Amino acid sequence: MSKIELLALQPIIILSLSTLVLMLQTSIKRHSGLARMIALLGLGLALLSCYSVSELLTQQNSGVAAMQITALIMVDQWGLFFTALLLFTAMVTLVLSRQEKAEDDRGDEYYLLLLLASLGAIILSQANHVASLLLGMELMGIALYGLIAFSEKSALGLEAAIKYLVLSASASAMLLFGFALLYAASGELSFAGIGAKAAAAYQQNPVLVLAAIALLLSGFAFKLSLVPFHMWTADVYQGAPITITAFLATVAKAAMLIVLCRMFIDAQLQHYSSFINALSLLAIASMLVGNILALRQLNIKRLLAYSSIAHYGYLLIVLIAASHNQTLITEASSFYLCAYIFSSLAAFTALANLHIDDGAEDQFSLLKGLFWSQPWQALLLTAALLSLAGIPLTAGFIAKFYIINSAVAGSHWLLVGSLVIASATAIFYYLRLIFAMSRPADTEASTVAVISHSQNLLAFLLLLLVLWLGIWPQPLISYLGGL
Amino acid sequence: MIMIELIGILLFGGVLALIAEKFHPRAPVWTALAVIISAGIYLLWVFIDLPAISSQPTDPNNAQTWLMHISLAWIPSFGIRLELAMDGLSLLMVALSLVLGAVAVCSSWTDVKQKLGFFEANLLWTLAGVLGVFLAMDMILFFLFWEVMLIPMYFLIAIWGHEKRAYAAMKFFIFTQASGLLMLVAIITLASLHQQSSGEWSFSYFDLLNTPLSQQTAHYLMLGFFIAFVVKLPSFPFHPWLADAHTQAPTAGSVILAGILLKTGAYGLIRFAIPLFPQASLEFSKVAMLLGAAGIIYGAVLAFRQTDFKRLVAYSSVSHMGFVLLGIYAWNELALQGAVMQMVAHGFSTSALFMVAGSLQQRLHSRDLNLMGGLWQSMPRMGAVSLFFIIASLGLPGLGNFVAEFLVLLGLFQTDRWLAVIAALGLITGAAYCLILMQRSFQGEPSEKHRGLVDYGGREMVCMTVMMLALIILGLYPQPVLDVARPVVVGLLQFAGAGVNLAGLAP
Repeated sequence: MSKIELLALQPIIILSLSTLVLMLQTSIKRHSGLARMIALLGLGLALLSCYSVSELLTQQNSGVAAMQITALIMVDQWGLFFTALLLFTAMVTLVLSRQEKAEDDRGDEYYLLLLLASLGAIILSQANHVASLLLGMELMGIALYGLIAFSEKSALGLEAAIKYLVLSASASAMLLFGFALLYAASGELSFAGIGAKAAAAYQQNPVLVLAAIALLLSGFAFKLSLVPFHMWTADVYQGAPITITAFLATVAKAAMLIVLCRMFIDAQLQHYSSFINALSLLAIASMLVGNILALRQLNIKRLLAYSSIAHYGYLLIVLIAASHNQTLITEASSFYLCAYIFSSLAAFTALANLHIDDGAEDQFSLLKGLFWSQPWQALLLTAALLSLAGIPLTAGFIAKFYIINSAVAGSHWLLVGSLVIASATAIFYYLRLIFAMSRPADTEASTVAVISHSQNLLAFLLLLLVLWLGIWPQPLISYLGGL
Repeated sequence: MIMIELIGILLFGGVLALIAEKFHPRAPVWTALAVIISAGIYLLWVFIDLPAISSQPTDPNNAQTWLMHISLAWIPSFGIRLELAMDGLSLLMVALSLVLGAVAVCSSWTDVKQKLGFFEANLLWTLAGVLGVFLAMDMILFFLFWEVMLIPMYFLIAIWGHEKRAYAAMKFFIFTQASGLLMLVAIITLASLHQQSSGEWSFSYFDLLNTPLSQQTAHYLMLGFFIAFVVKLPSFPFHPWLADAHTQAPTAGSVILAGILLKTGAYGLIRFAIPLFPQASLEFSKVAMLLGAAGIIYGAVLAFRQTDFKRLVAYSSVSHMGFVLLGIYAWNELALQGAVMQMVAHGFSTSALFMVAGSLQQRLHSRDLNLMGGLWQSMPRMGAVSLFFIIASLGLPGLGNFVAEFLVLLGLFQTDRWLAVIAALGLITGAAYCLILMQRSFQGEPSEKHRGLVDYGGREMVCMTVMMLALIILGLYPQPVLDVARPVVVGLLQFAGAGVNLAGLAP
């Protein structure tokens, strides 16, 4: 491995090193504040290094900005962009985690696990080999089991963690089996290799390849919580601490989607029409079922869980519709992921700032009167929800524009129709939340959360991001188009 | 820049009103009124400078023949531009919006008890959105305003509405959003077809007008637009949201809804649905006109059955908007002029009736007609004002609504005789529900408990007088409005008639 290659791995190396440092620190003196600083520093440095790696890539090979490092990792601008995005998201989650963990002297483990999960996520965003995919996925998954169960107070957390453990392990097993079958058929484990050989293998033994693809698809569907593999989502989201729910909805799922996109492109899965058809079914089911189930939720975390199911259903449309246009896949899915990540982060930030994190069944009453007691948090939550609903002037609208655009370009009218019905349904529950905020507060129930400056700053930053992507998206569009 | 500044004044004014509350509890209303009036003066001042509105037809194809046009880059990757333009039709609608906006502010003077700053801010932001709808020429920009104006309107209903506000606000938002999504799909499809044929992304109205389309595609796309606009109009059978939204909205909200927001639907049909798809619209015009005629009769029947003052007025809007739909799809100069006239006149007459309903609600704490009766005794001024607007609404000659309905019927008669006969029935049914409204509220035996109700004061009378004068002028001397709208109407007829032979053109 040359020096340049090592340099290109900077984000992964820095994050691994900070994990080690954090472990050492824990063994010397347990201090959650220090652990928090180290974790934040590690993530921040890794984020900065993404920039230098990107510079390195542009110098290294002009034009073709991609570097294969060993058989496992592919460093390219697209992957780097997502590495940076995921690191940023992890940082936001970390900053949000403050209030819950401040008095908790076991907080250092929390930060360690969060770092490990982020490491797994960025490995996923750069993986182009089955081994690195599994490595990243399991690293992220195992850290998440611990994180989901982290809150000692509630039994829900434990239940959620066990549910996630069992289902996620079975999903991993399916993926493994699928990869094994693919390997049996094609003799390759790298995505590109599979792409090159699987078509020929398909001619010889279609059943084997199709079975492999079916297993892969269900494995991914579990991880992305697509209907009908979505059963775990609401319970896990509800049971986990709110910051971890945010992490699950954004980082964990986005990383899986990125690796799915990469595999889709490199392994040329678009040639298997049964795969595309199955994907369409999953997309339609997720959009409709996700939104319909969200209608009746009174617990906001559960509501956002179902909304995330629907959103990943929308995202699949890009894969299906743009299956013959690689640049559109990357551009549209990147923009959508950005918009979705920022909007849900904004929503979770507002909820975390307002301490809306108990297992209470009906959380709508907690939102009452928010427009007047906490106008900024209410504004942030409103912007986030409108963005999730895809209303213009927010990031979500441009994202939805991309989705409709790619579906129309591919003439997938069934998908467009489902999208329209699903979005119209979705507006109902997003509006219910906004409406709850505009109700007069119950005098006795209203608790005024004290919000620190750093939290306010973060809230403001996210609000700005959501609106900026909606009002002036051109810079990001140009950037993504150039990747 | 003028149009952007106009929208900007209202947007910024909303923020000002929000801040003004900190200084004085009554400051927001004064701020809001000042903002709207200054926007109006700005518009006037600009128009004194502009050359007089020529009698040359406004060519939809050529932005140079419009009164104003501006186009700035926004999202170049997709050819989305910040493109605004104004012709006679937009000018009329913008002026109507500003006048009714000021009226709405006046009607919220004593009506709104809580969070006045946020109320006036939402009012101004809705107005800004509506102005955007009337001016935007880039389809994505148009869609943006179309959707965004709903959010402050939603808040107006949801926060300051009456008993069933949550239900009404939600119904309103979901109806308009769902139909808006259909329009968005149609817009993107149209632009994508334009991109395939010309190689360039553009969402500009002027570019999309001449997109070559297959007959079937044009038909589906036209339906996407048609449904979105007709829901907003609203036409039978897309009207269920209207009665709830109007009834539950606070008075100022009803004024904005009935006076301005409904007109965005009619405006959209005239500006976009027909010119973009002339051939498909022609084939569809029979259905649209039937819907219009059905709306006239059905709205009137529903209105007749209501016991709620506001609900009755709301359903009468369905009936009146049926005339607009008929006028548009009859597609000849007389009928189109009538439709435009109806948009303006209905804006005044219905808004005024909603204000009467609001004042009654404030005094009686009820809108139930069964509890009213004989109110003229205790409130003669209010009674007289109501009588004026009720007979205006039933189409008494000499007032604006008559001119409008007469022109529509005259134009429609050339296109479709029997439909004109059915539509004319609407005048009779209109008289029925209007007179029953008057009888049950202000006439009849005076009741003991209504003694000592406060009649209209100076501020209310000023506000009402402005609207009465407007209706009288529209009724006695409608020529200026017709002159402003004429170039647009003629231009549209020339444009849409160039490619196809529209039924209305053959006498």
